[in-house]
Amino acid sequence: MRRYLPAALLLALFVAAWQGVASIHSVDNLTLASPVETWHSLRHDHTLLLSNMWVTLEEVLLGLAIAVVAGAGSAIVMHMFRPLRDAAYPLLVASQAIPIVVLAPLFVLAFDYGIGPKLAIVALICFFPITVNMLDGLRSVDPELLKLMRTLRASRLATLVKVELPASLPFFFSGLRIAATVSVIGAVFGEWAGADKGLGRLVLLGNNQLQTPRVYAGVVILTLIALILFALVTLAERVAVPWNRETPA
Amino acid sequence: MQTKIEAPAPEPLSLAQTAVAVRGVRRDYRSRRGLLTALEGLDLKVHEREVLAVVGPSGCGKSTLLELIAGLQEPDAGSVEAGGMGDRQRRLDACAYLPQRDLLLPWRDALANAALALECQGVSKAEARRRAAPLFERFGLAEFERSRPAELSGGMRQRVAFLRTLLAGRPVLLLDEPFAALDAITRASMQEWLADALAAEPRTVLLVTHDTEEALFVADRVAVMSPRPGRVVDEIAVPFARPRHRKETVTGPAFTELRQRALEALER
Repeated sequence: MRRYLPAALLLALFVAAWQGVASIHSVDNLTLASPVETWHSLRHDHTLLLSNMWVTLEEVLLGLAIAVVAGAGSAIVMHMFRPLRDAAYPLLVASQAIPIVVLAPLFVLAFDYGIGPKLAIVALICFFPITVNMLDGLRSVDPELLKLMRTLRASRLATLVKVELPASLPFFFSGLRIAATVSVIGAVFGEWAGADKGLGRLVLLGNNQLQTPRVYAGVVILTLIALILFALVTLAERVAVPWNRETPA
Repeated sequence: MQTKIEAPAPEPLSLAQTAVAVRGVRRDYRSRRGLLTALEGLDLKVHEREVLAVVGPSGCGKSTLLELIAGLQEPDAGSVEAGGMGDRQRRLDACAYLPQRDLLLPWRDALANAALALECQGVSKAEARRRAAPLFERFGLAEFERSRPAELSGGMRQRVAFLRTLLAGRPVLLLDEPFAALDAITRASMQEWLADALAAEPRTVLLVTHDTEEALFVADRVAVMSPRPGRVVDEIAVPFARPRHRKETVTGPAFTELRQRALEALER
């Protein structure tokens, strides 16, 4: 518990400062909702917030799942076929340079109004950290170890499955941690481009209707989703990669 | 204690009297300063079931020599044969290689690490574990089967790596300074352990080391290499009977004399 004390203290300090600034008379409560007002909104609007949260959560989780499958899959394929890696790597980087805000409305045009464009956007921004980290992980294997596998007459596939994939797991999880946190941003952008439900849309709507506390309540929930996802990935890593903790190095 | 090590190779390779033959080998490396000759005019023979130690100063191409024999590299001139075969793929089939670092996989327990050699030949995971288990009993690793490499000492890890090499079931073992990373006390006990292991499981062994004492204690014959470009400058037959015991062997006057000869050959 002592480990979490500094974080809790800093959070308390932040909330206090927020409340302090919001209480200054010259600060309009349309510009800045105080923590207390946000809390009231969370309690008062909780049915509305929750029902929209499930929509966004579905977009985030499905999009993330697509990114994991596509990211890990393409990392493995690119690793196994060197020319493909050399050809596709610049494209991979370029895909990250595209401003999602610009792309999102185009996706809505292409995939219509439903969950499709949201998944596409979440998957697109989550794909990159997973692929790049996993590729690094697959390449991180000690060349001496690969030599040893050759003398053991291991097939290319056996080397991949028995050595390279387990070795890449810690890298994969690093990528997934980053992906999990940005996935929420992706879902919000997707909903801004065109949606009839979801927290992102609720926040946008609240902004237009000057319901500032509700906007803040939505943001708080979105942040919590990202935090919980991050924690879950960390937990999953501990289960899947126990040897990484045992080694002091 | 009578368990026999199963040779997983489906058909035992028929060996000539000479298990390893290196003839007039040259090996060049391209470096930024131009062509670097690591080995030149190197001749070497290892007889079947003989333990040959190769000693030489650092950088004399000892590891290159092992990789040539193992089939990981091809010579630029001369010929290399292992298990009666000159072809690179066949050399890979004839040799098992123990690298300087143990290279155990951190996510596998000790038994699974040793069993890796069998798994690479298509043996199922469970069957590979079952076949590797008797060796743990025999080579002083009982009760450590389920330990992860991080939980083992350096000497223990090197033993597991050696069992992995044995389980590959090859007639020729190539050991590349296997104890170099260990502390002096562990190294001494590991040398004794290796000598015992080889007495129980005779194989053709080529042991590369920079330690003349280690070479003379473990080997039947010692080949001394020159600095780069490496070639064999002296070959010393080691007459001590097996099993050898450190105290009697190393302290005798005959040992000191041979050691002196090896050191002189190194300085030439």
